[in-house]
Amino acid sequence: MDFLIFKAPMLMVQASLDGILLGILFALIAYGMALQWGVMNIINIAQGDLVILGGYIAYTMYLAGIHPAWGVIVSPIIMYFVGWALYKLVINKVVDRDLFISILATFGIAIVFQQLMNFIFGADVVVAQSEYGTTMLFDNSVTLPNSKIFSAFISVLYAVALVVYMKKSRLGRAIRATAQNARAAKILGVDTEKVYAATFGINAALCGIAGALISITLTLHPYVGLPYTVRSFMIVIVAGLGNLPAVALSGMGLGLFEEFADYILGTEFRIGAVFMLLVFILVYRRFKLSKKREYLK
Amino acid sequence: MNKLVKIFTIFISAIALTIASISSSFAKVEGEYIVLGSAISLTGKYSSNGVHTQNGYNMAVERINKMGGVKVGGKSYKFEIIYYDDESNPKRAAQLAERLIKQDGVHYMLGPYSSGLTKAIAPVTEKYKIPMVEANGASRSLFTKGYKYLFAVLSPANQYLEVAIDLAVEKNGGKPVKIAQAFEQDAFSQDVRLGILDAAKRTGSEIIIDDKLPKELNDMAATLAKVKATKPDVLVVSGHTKGALTAIRQISEMKVDVPMLAMTHCDAAKLSKQHGKKSEYALCASQWHKNLSYKDKFFGSGKKYDKDFKKEFGYAPPYQSAESSAALLVFKDAFERANSFDRDKVRDALKTTEMQTFYGNIKFGPGGQNVAKPMILFQVRCKGDTCENKVVAPTKWASDKFYHPIPKWSERS
Repeated sequence: MDFLIFKAPMLMVQASLDGILLGILFALIAYGMALQWGVMNIINIAQGDLVILGGYIAYTMYLAGIHPAWGVIVSPIIMYFVGWALYKLVINKVVDRDLFISILATFGIAIVFQQLMNFIFGADVVVAQSEYGTTMLFDNSVTLPNSKIFSAFISVLYAVALVVYMKKSRLGRAIRATAQNARAAKILGVDTEKVYAATFGINAALCGIAGALISITLTLHPYVGLPYTVRSFMIVIVAGLGNLPAVALSGMGLGLFEEFADYILGTEFRIGAVFMLLVFILVYRRFKLSKKREYLK
Repeated sequence: MNKLVKIFTIFISAIALTIASISSSFAKVEGEYIVLGSAISLTGKYSSNGVHTQNGYNMAVERINKMGGVKVGGKSYKFEIIYYDDESNPKRAAQLAERLIKQDGVHYMLGPYSSGLTKAIAPVTEKYKIPMVEANGASRSLFTKGYKYLFAVLSPANQYLEVAIDLAVEKNGGKPVKIAQAFEQDAFSQDVRLGILDAAKRTGSEIIIDDKLPKELNDMAATLAKVKATKPDVLVVSGHTKGALTAIRQISEMKVDVPMLAMTHCDAAKLSKQHGKKSEYALCASQWHKNLSYKDKFFGSGKKYDKDFKKEFGYAPPYQSAESSAALLVFKDAFERANSFDRDKVRDALKTTEMQTFYGNIKFGPGGQNVAKPMILFQVRCKGDTCENKVVAPTKWASDKFYHPIPKWSERS
């Protein structure tokens, strides 16, 4: 236990801002997961690996002399087609099966992706430089990397755009209809196959954006995808499916909680603390549900 | 008639099997070749360092064979290595070690890449009494288990950054310093941490931040914010290449000012290339540097090794390659002194190794670790936009003066 954070109020501000900025980025990945989980009932274990692949696309641009920030436009376009192809190759065969099979299939995809990335990009840890500099607040006692602010801003921008698209566009309506009741949607003339492919593509595109942002804020390595999958899984579990504001809040909340756990419990318990919180939330939810059931009886 | 054919077939295959098993039990030395075995990470997360290791081995094999080979019993033998890809997976590495020993009949082993994989293989080689010279497992726990057939040409992990603390104390006018440290939770980094704890105790220094980074963590912002708030004299970070890259990225972004920053894995992470000027003044522990004045007759000096390696493989040799090459020089020396292919005689010869290679002096301690070679520290220094690693400690080999304290970010261009 360490209470350094309570002695220095500026640390509190720093921790909160760090947590929120990172949380927003994670929320974007989680939103993609929630979307395709809700629509297709598939838990995508390869989510994190799609993120890393998106990051490598931005990194490749960086190597070619293009500013990696352009990755937030190029990467989702490429990743959309990667997602679409993945659906046509593998996912369409498991979409109506039980959850276990889809987990197994996406786990397989994750391994294939890791090895492919290792093969193509090598096993070195890499970073892309944005050279965005730093914003200093409160007489330099709080420092915020502009790359993190940029990534939070882009994440919010894309999330809002997606919500509007889901509300207004024809495809968005079809996706929402399929999520509510796939069979009814099919009877009413929605091409669910197309909807599924598009949903998986959109999810991959969101991962692509997040990956490009990670290439300039954190580090890339072919085998670091899994933590992103786990993190987004947790955010989705806390927030529930198909509820963007809840996903955003839960992303930021977990980010905040993690930062504070780091200061108070120590860095080694940071991730453990988040898992503990998850257990509490699940137990609490069950408790609430059982109460509701009793009431209904 | 049919029965006869059946019996005949069984008879033939039995003979074939016997011959096969006999020939494999002689596989340790086949004709004029001494066969060594190695499980090495050619795919998976250690594949880049695995390849550096393999290149180092191959370069030494080629050089030794070209320069007359190994002379045992008045006859000249050549080295040959059987490689298997362990996929960076400890379980697979242990299986492959068994396979090398039992199926391929290998009697002498070269180590894999990383402490973790060496730890997986060592019990196997120990069980079959196979001498193993390894060049890439530095974890202290490898040398405290009482292994009798394990020899490491590199300095153990706890020595990596001890020198840095001594240097910090020296710069502080001999007075104890305040240390902030962040180490990944893996065998190697935690051993480096133990070394720092020893050094702190020895110098009476105080550890004010002691963070253990989870393996999956790629964000050190919280640790660095604590560093900013507590103003230590020295910040020590070890977390493989990911840790080194993350640390420099976030130290520069968060404008963390510390007088001294000591790390591991700077050259493996290509720090000066990936982060350029942001990595300037970082102090890095290294097993080897080309500018050291060690010499041997096979590779000449470190500088010559550097040149030859570049010509052969197209990139500058990281220390992982250099130490791997040194492992073969040790084997050659031991075979010649033992003047025999008897495993135990070779092992005894290895135990009494005392030699100089281009990589450094080699003499094995009771646990099998190399006790004759100090770690070196280099500092990243930049001229314009090109950054280089300059040896600054120990003073005997220092090519440049140690720059201390690190200028504040507000004063850096």
